[in-house]
Amino acid sequence: MQKEQINIVDELTQSDYKYGFVTDIEHDLAPKGLNEDTIRFISAKKHEPEFMLEWRLKAFRFWQQMKEPKWANVKFPPIDYQDAYYYAAPKQAANKPKSLDEIDPEIRRTFEKLGIPLTEQQRLAGIAVDAVMDSVSVATTFKEKLSELGIIFCSMSEAIREHPDLVKKYIGSVVPYTDNYFAALNSAVFSDGSFCYIPKGVRCPLELSTYFRINASETGQFERTLIIADEGSYVSYLEGCTAPIRDENQLHAAVVELIAHKNAEIKYSTVQNWYPGDKEGKGGIYNFVTKRGICEGDNSKISWTQVETGSAITWKYPSCILKGDNSIGEFYSVALTNNYQQADTGTKMIHLGKNTKSRIVSKGISAGKSQNSYRGLVNISKKADNSRNYSQCDSLLLGDKCGAHTFPYIEVKNKTATVEHEATTSKISEDILFYCNQRGISTEDAIGLIVNGFSREVLNQLPMEFAVEAQRLLAVSLEGSVG
Amino acid sequence: MSLLKIQNLKVNINGKEILKGLNLEVNPGEIHAIMGPNGSGKSTLAGVLAGKEDYEVVEGTIEFEGKNIFEMSPEDRAREGLFLAFQYPIEIPGVSNASFMKTAVNEIRKYRNLEPLDAMDFLKIMREKAKLVEMDQAFLNRSVNDGFSGGEKKRNEIFQLAMLEPKLAILDETDSGLDIDALKIVSYGVNKVRNKDNAFIVITHYQRLLNYIIPDFVHVLFDGKLVVSGGKELAFDLEEKGYDWIKKQYNGVLV
Repeated sequence: MQKEQINIVDELTQSDYKYGFVTDIEHDLAPKGLNEDTIRFISAKKHEPEFMLEWRLKAFRFWQQMKEPKWANVKFPPIDYQDAYYYAAPKQAANKPKSLDEIDPEIRRTFEKLGIPLTEQQRLAGIAVDAVMDSVSVATTFKEKLSELGIIFCSMSEAIREHPDLVKKYIGSVVPYTDNYFAALNSAVFSDGSFCYIPKGVRCPLELSTYFRINASETGQFERTLIIADEGSYVSYLEGCTAPIRDENQLHAAVVELIAHKNAEIKYSTVQNWYPGDKEGKGGIYNFVTKRGICEGDNSKISWTQVETGSAITWKYPSCILKGDNSIGEFYSVALTNNYQQADTGTKMIHLGKNTKSRIVSKGISAGKSQNSYRGLVNISKKADNSRNYSQCDSLLLGDKCGAHTFPYIEVKNKTATVEHEATTSKISEDILFYCNQRGISTEDAIGLIVNGFSREVLNQLPMEFAVEAQRLLAVSLEGSVG
Repeated sequence: MSLLKIQNLKVNINGKEILKGLNLEVNPGEIHAIMGPNGSGKSTLAGVLAGKEDYEVVEGTIEFEGKNIFEMSPEDRAREGLFLAFQYPIEIPGVSNASFMKTAVNEIRKYRNLEPLDAMDFLKIMREKAKLVEMDQAFLNRSVNDGFSGGEKKRNEIFQLAMLEPKLAILDETDSGLDIDALKIVSYGVNKVRNKDNAFIVITHYQRLLNYIIPDFVHVLFDGKLVVSGGKELAFDLEEKGYDWIKKQYNGVLV
């Protein structure tokens, strides 16, 4: 498909967070707080098999012994883990709807507002949608079409019930619950997420996507996603998030695990615009996510592409373990922070196999009084002969009250490795803005043009429909940052 | 109504007087050359007209098509039809010439209540204008002025001029840093674009450019004022006699 030249979108939407609305439907809530009973409650509500409950409990007990990590370049007030609901399901969870007509009309209206019409038109657009409302999946579309190919794409909850062997085999294999504090928490209380399995040799014909929405006040969102690409298969997965305006900070501690077998490829794209907090830095989502993929088989490939503009605090490192020989890991990222947002994000590329390659392109844009940090690890292990890494971290600063920081870690234990690292820092100077003004371009549009150009290499990695949304997002997120 | 009318313009920079009562009137179809020694205020004049912020306008008026220019932002002045070819064109890495021009063209069209150009129409016009100024099509996809030689940057200014079709174009020392071939190309472009409805103010230090862009009026800027005006022969006089002649004639004398 020929990509047209990406041009800046002409119309700018208003600065009010346009996805800020709440659905007024009843919720089935677990009592506030977090203890073993909460875990049992969640597992029972979901009718999970025994192994899952056991796993959750092990994770919970492990979590209780851990301490919250403090090494990131972000500041936040202490989180009271007891002061939240860990399960909230829309009322109709009991009977899964068989057709779209059975869905609660309020919920359907919510999805339409979010731009997810669960209709035949959507099918023609070629996107299968697994819509997650708070803690329970409401509908899974196009299951039949995909199942013809043997592709499993459903909610995590459903996968645990319908495909327990697959889940048991892979869950925690890339991110064990011992990995870190938030992964342990997630493993204990994860509510739902996406599960995807692509069988041998199958190229998934649709972009798979998922929408999330945090709804009930003080309900942390702990989604868990697992994608398995069997030998020779291909899948492209899109993750896009929106959330309503809330005063209380909301914790989003997701875990995403990707497994690519021999000759398989997984492309995982994210456009994230969770509520970032208001202009004074009040409220906003905490996005503490563990995302990791393993190139298990030879010649496999995993690429992460993310456009992060939301959340009060973003703390995530989508990473690749390059275990198979000749495997490839890629990370493309645009992280934008404005007002009082903070981001500490980057990637880890762990080279284990021979002839493995990794590519990191990170674009950080800081505005307002925000702090934006890139943290990356390139680790070449002893046996990883002929590995190559290329890293590029560029920072763009708008104004003089924001910060851009870079923490690159390079650990090389093999003499045949090639590791390249480039970094630039730039400002949008007065001269550039005046030049644009003198050509009839307003300062806001000029910044949009420049940011778009700056992010181009990353935006080009996104599937077309996401690329347009991403550009718009960048422009909207920078409104009011001028001056 | 004149296109541009400057009356008694006095401009300071950081409290220092630069322009001390400048008067100028430009009508459609005219080319005015402004020459003067270094430090005479030529770039200040260009900057004030374009709306650059570093200048303190102490006194005087500037009317563009009868409208008070000081009430217009730089982008509005551009949209009204004022163009400045920069002496030192700015580099904008990551933004292609094509998308830069498309944004500018459509902004100006929007201001004038015209429909924006779609990609196909725009591409066609862009290719035409590139050809006009003898600019290689390959430049269109390159980032604005990024890695361009001095001559290429100046030619890019004229390309943009051709694309935006301004009513008044100010060329701020466009010839500085150009060899004779580049000079000819730039002049050729300007001559192709000039017509009876638009006007040019050519600010230059040397007479040489004026062999190719033949002015209707030549003014000499000295000590913050236009001290002498004449036809194109004045430029030859200056070339022959040098600015010392002006300094001797007009030092301290009000005209």
